[in-house]
Amino acid sequence: MARDVAGYTRCPSISVLAVPNPIAPIRITAFTATSALGRGRDAHARALRERRGGLRANDFTAEPLACAIGRVDELEEAALSVEHAAYECRNNRLAWLGVQADGFLDAARGAVARHGASRVALLVATSTASIGATEEAYARIEDGRFPADLRRPQVHTVHSAGLFLEQVFGTRGPCLTTATACSSSAKIFAKAERLLRLGLVDAAILAGVDTLCGSVLFGFNSLELVAPEVCRPFDVDRRGISIGEAAGFALLERDGDARAPVLVGWGESSDAHHMSTPHPEGLGARRALEDALARAGLAATDIDYINLHGTATSKNDEIEAMVVAGAFDARTRASSTKGWTGHTLGAAGILEAVISLLAIEHGFMPGTLNSERLDPRCGPQVLLANEEADVRRVLSNSFGFGGSNSTLAFARADAVA
Amino acid sequence: MNTLDVQIEGIGLWAPGWPDWDSACAGLRRGEGPRADAAPRPTPGLLPPAERRRAPDPVLIACEVAAQACEAAGRDPAGLCSVFTSTHGDLAITDIMCETLARAPREISPIRFHNSVHNAPAGYWTIAAHCHAASTSISAYDASFAAGLFEAAVQAASSGEPVLLVAYDIEAKGAFAELVPITAAFGIALVLAPARADVELPGLRLAAAADAATSPVALPEAFLALAHGNPMATSALPFVTALVSDIASSIVLPFGGRGGLRVDFR
Repeated sequence: MARDVAGYTRCPSISVLAVPNPIAPIRITAFTATSALGRGRDAHARALRERRGGLRANDFTAEPLACAIGRVDELEEAALSVEHAAYECRNNRLAWLGVQADGFLDAARGAVARHGASRVALLVATSTASIGATEEAYARIEDGRFPADLRRPQVHTVHSAGLFLEQVFGTRGPCLTTATACSSSAKIFAKAERLLRLGLVDAAILAGVDTLCGSVLFGFNSLELVAPEVCRPFDVDRRGISIGEAAGFALLERDGDARAPVLVGWGESSDAHHMSTPHPEGLGARRALEDALARAGLAATDIDYINLHGTATSKNDEIEAMVVAGAFDARTRASSTKGWTGHTLGAAGILEAVISLLAIEHGFMPGTLNSERLDPRCGPQVLLANEEADVRRVLSNSFGFGGSNSTLAFARADAVA
Repeated sequence: MNTLDVQIEGIGLWAPGWPDWDSACAGLRRGEGPRADAAPRPTPGLLPPAERRRAPDPVLIACEVAAQACEAAGRDPAGLCSVFTSTHGDLAITDIMCETLARAPREISPIRFHNSVHNAPAGYWTIAAHCHAASTSISAYDASFAAGLFEAAVQAASSGEPVLLVAYDIEAKGAFAELVPITAAFGIALVLAPARADVELPGLRLAAAADAATSPVALPEAFLALAHGNPMATSALPFVTALVSDIASSIVLPFGGRGGLRVDFR
C-alpha cells in the first residue's frame, strides 16, 4: 500500500521540548459509556462486534439539516429528580443517565467513602456543555429576557456538569472542567495522572459529557465539515463528520484491583498552526504520540491497536493516516469508531478510551464502519473489518480545534512494561 | 490534599484603565488611579496586525497578559506549557451565536464558530508564540481563578518546568447579561515555576482549606468596581493585593463545592 510520508520526514525539529520521563501506571477501576450505541459497556461491545452503527438521519434540529447524527435515545424522558432540578438540561440528563450504567455511580461513591471526599478529584470534560439550554433561552426570549424557567446561571456555564456531578458523587477534592474542544476528555486522564502522582488525591473521577446542540450542528455545517450521510473515516470518498453525543466515565486510582486495566502514558501538544485545520505535517499529533509512548516506556512496536481520532474530514484523516503510517509498522492495527457513534466532540476522548479498554477486555479490535475504499495515504495499519486479537496495549488519539492534541496509552493489567 | 510550592516568575495584567501589571501594581500598592489615557482594548504585539484588529476580546486580553508575564519572567513563550482559565469564556460570541441560531441558524459564521471554543485564546496564543507545548483550557464557575492557579501549580510541580497561567473574563452581552452581570473585562497572567531555595522570588504554598470562607482583603477603592464586576477579578484582585502588600500572609480562594484553596505567601 502506498505510503505518503514525504511531509513527515520534513518535519521541523521539535526536540526543543524535553522528552518526558516514564510514569507509574494508574489503575482504571471502573469505566462506562453511554452513546448512540446504548447504555454501558455491553451495549457498546455488542454493537461494535455486530457492526451495528448508532447513526441516524438528523431528527434533532428544528431547522432541517441533511446529515446523520449519533443521538442518545430517551433523553427527552429522563428528567432529573427534584433534588437536582436546578441543573435540568440535556447535557446534565445525559450525565445522569451515563453514571447509572455499569454500576459506575456506586463505584465512584464507594471510592469517595473509601478515600474520603476531599481525597477524590472530579475532572469533567466537555466542549459545548449545556449551551443547548442557552440556545433554548434565546429561542424563547421574552421581552429581551430569558424565560423564567431558564433563569438558572448554573446551567449556562461550561462548568455546569461539574457543579451537578459534584453533588451527585459527593466529592470535595479538586473539581474543574476541561474544555479544549474535541481533545477535552482525553486531557482529563493526563490531569488525573498528575494529581495522583503528586499525592494530591487518592482517586479521580473522570467525566466527559457532550450533547447535540444547534451550535455544533450548524457551526460545523458552516465550516462545510458535516457529511450529508453517515461519516466514512479514512474512505477515499469521505465527506465529513457525523456529530454525536455521549457521556463517558472512568474511576482512576493509584492502587486498586490488580486485574484492572491501566493508564500507562499520555501526551499533550499544541499544533501552533491554525484554529480549525491540523498542522500539515502532523507535528502536534506526532509529538502527542511520542510523549505518550515515552511516558509509557513503550516503543511503537509494543502497540497492538490505536483508536484513531478519524473524524472523516478530509484533512484530519489525511494527516492522521500519514502520522500513523510513518510511526508504526504493519503489525499495529488502527481504526476510527466514529462511524458507529459519530464524533462526540468533548466526550470523544473518554468514549474512545472506553472503546479501547473494551478492545483489551474482549480481545477484539473494531474496524472502521461505513468505509469501503481506504484513502491510499493510509498505511497497512488501518482496519476496515473487525479483527479478533490478543490486545495488550492500545493508544487513543484525540485532536481538537485550537490545535489541541492528546494521545493516551492503556495496557492490560498483565502487560505493563 | 498535600501542599504545592511554586514561585512567581512574572505577572501580566490588563483591565480598563490598567493596561499593564506595573500600572495595576502602583494602584494596588500606592493607591494610584487608573490611567485615563489607556486604550479601550489591548493590542498585543505578539499577534499579527490583522489579528490584533479582528480577534475577539478574550484572545486580545489573554495574549496581552500572557506576553507581559513571559517578558517579566524572561521566558520564551514558545517553551511554556499553559493553563487558560475563564468563568464564562467569550460571552460576546455566545450572545451572537445563540441569537443567530434562534433567528437563522444557517447564518452562523464559520470563523465565529471556531472562535467560540473555550480554548480559542489558547489556540491563538500557541499559534502566535509558535508554541508546541501542551496547553489546557479550564473553567470551574466561581472557582475558576483558584482552579487555574491550582492546575498550573500541579503542572509545574509534576514537570519541574515553569507554566504559564492565563485567567480572564469579558463583559456579558445581550440577554445573557441579566443572568451573568459582568460589567468589565479583566485578564491576569502568571508564570509559575517549581519552588527553588536558591532563587529569591515571591513564593506561594497552595493547600486545600476546609471551607470556602474567603478571608477579606481590603482592596483600594479604584479596584472595587472591577472586583465586583468581573468574576475573575473577584478572586484574582485580593490575591495580587495580598501578594504585593503586607495586608495578609495568606488568603483562601473559593475552590468549588464547600471547599477553599488556601494560599500562603512566602
